[in-house]
Amino acid sequence: MRVVIAEDSVLLQAGLTRLLGDGGFEVVAAVGDAEALLRAVTEHRPDVAVVDVRMPPTHTDEGIRAALVIARQHPDVAVLVLSQYVEERYATDLLSERTSAVGYLLKDRVAHVADFLDALRRVAAGGTALDPEVVAQLLVRRRADPLDRLTPRELQVLKLMAEGRSNNGITEALRVSPSAVEKYVSNIFTKLDLAPTDIDHRRVLAVLKFLGA
Amino acid sequence: MAADPDAAYREAMSWTKTARDWRPTALALAGLAAGAVTGAVLGGLVLGWLAAIWSLIDGPTGAWELAWFYVVVVLAGPVLLLWATHGLGALQRERFRAVLGNEIAAPPRVAVGRGPLPRPVRAWRAPATWRQLGYHLLAMTGGVAGGLLVAACWAAPLLAVASLAGVWGDGPGVAVGLGLVALSAAVALVAPWVARAVARADEAAGRALLGPGRSEELALRVEALARSRAEVVAATDAERRRIERDLHDGAQRRLVSLAMQLGMARASLADAPEPVRQVIEQAHDEATEALAELRQLVRGLHPAVLDDRGLDAALSGIAANAPLPVRLRVDAPTRCSPAIEAVAYFVVSEALTNVAKHADAGRAEVTVERRDDRLRVVVADDGRGGATLDGGGTGLRGLAQRAAAVDGTLTVDSPPGGPTAITVELPCES
Repeated sequence: MRVVIAEDSVLLQAGLTRLLGDGGFEVVAAVGDAEALLRAVTEHRPDVAVVDVRMPPTHTDEGIRAALVIARQHPDVAVLVLSQYVEERYATDLLSERTSAVGYLLKDRVAHVADFLDALRRVAAGGTALDPEVVAQLLVRRRADPLDRLTPRELQVLKLMAEGRSNNGITEALRVSPSAVEKYVSNIFTKLDLAPTDIDHRRVLAVLKFLGA
Repeated sequence: MAADPDAAYREAMSWTKTARDWRPTALALAGLAAGAVTGAVLGGLVLGWLAAIWSLIDGPTGAWELAWFYVVVVLAGPVLLLWATHGLGALQRERFRAVLGNEIAAPPRVAVGRGPLPRPVRAWRAPATWRQLGYHLLAMTGGVAGGLLVAACWAAPLLAVASLAGVWGDGPGVAVGLGLVALSAAVALVAPWVARAVARADEAAGRALLGPGRSEELALRVEALARSRAEVVAATDAERRRIERDLHDGAQRRLVSLAMQLGMARASLADAPEPVRQVIEQAHDEATEALAELRQLVRGLHPAVLDDRGLDAALSGIAANAPLPVRLRVDAPTRCSPAIEAVAYFVVSEALTNVAKHADAGRAEVTVERRDDRLRVVVADDGRGGATLDGGGTGLRGLAQRAAAVDGTLTVDSPPGGPTAITVELPCES
């Protein structure tokens, strides 16, 4: 799979290039700012773009804005945004433009190589990957509501669904049986009054919409 | 503004002790001229104004346009008098500055568009206006008289000689003439002391009447203090921003890189001997933990999203990272000034840290509401209560100080056994 990296720190750019190369991705371009990123995406038509949020010239939210442009202009290019901080507000912006083939993760996550590569593949394949931290931020805004009816375990499963994990992913993360996960998921959908669906992607959407993203 | 007004005054008055100083004389003579100008301007204005009033009362004669003219004069009179009063006040202060080098601060100006009354009315109600007018009355009378006296003293020998030379008809007899010369010489000798006395009185009156009064001086001082305090607050914010940026661009990046390398090593060394693998795994775990801790710490400083998207967007980050469940409700449709947002953010961040450390609470709730131009932040928890502002080590005192620095208040409601609510009220603009 072909990747374009946008990261203004030379150190991290080199590290990411190696990590993705070792992970079986082909890094076709590594750039240092949003403008160069948009040019590289137009030129190389990669499968996925990995984008840092704070880049020159203003070091605020260039990466998010560039990701939104890519989402709009290149529907076939998946976008994974990386940042040293994740912000619920940026996630909402991203998801309002595109709800598939999009991801938003803390940079810390690259340290867990296998998980990170999984998330990147998921995004490249049209799925979503939201950082647990973003999901936690979305959850703090909920008032007393149906969420209170979930058991702690069900809440855990809901968070993993919101991160974009499939049933298999949840099974692995919680070390429980696939049938248990199915039961949790169906409980959650009943308690939150959501229309059940078997398709992973639709399920993520339903959960995120419920959380207000 | 000098730290000790008395010392400043003594310093300013030191010229009175120096002999053979021409400045008192210059001041008195300039005072004579200024008094004459003052008399002409104020006298002309007042006489013209009274004449116009009298003409209206008496019934205008002649063309009817004249009546309008009188009305205009009557209405414009007080405004012109006001200008003249302030203009002449500035002139007199300039006289002191030019001759003695003494700076008398101008009284505060009456601000435009503050208060219900028109500006001239408010200016006439200001004590400074009346004090200046009082000085002008003194300048017209005492100032002119003093100036004339000083001039006469210095001119006495000349006058005596002129008299002897018979400028004014037959000169006096020799005995009387000699007496006159001796007397005039004596008068000229005391002239410096006369000049100093006149100048001293003038200077004292000028300081008392031309400058800001005690309450106005205090008002100016309060303004200056408020300004410098705001600068300190802004500097603190800037410092926090800078530290956040430095860590983001420095230590955090290096740690991410380090954790990533260790992660790669961990993934590729699955077949390595057990001790090696253990060391790498431990190093990897430590690095990711350090990264998370540093992120948590920096998050409490001044996140970029606070400037970028405001308080509402920034708060969910700290609420989500607290080690206990936190509910967040923000109802502030319009943003407050950056300084206030920074204080509110800091308050929530510190208060939640406090709750986690001391309250023994199961959950916390953060509410932020904007009502008109007040921002109200409440951090409540269901912990054991008993928190006080003076309680050691809880950091509540620091929070109260931070709120007070922007004219905000902090109250603690924390009965023993809980629940606790910390309420901070901040003015939205600062």
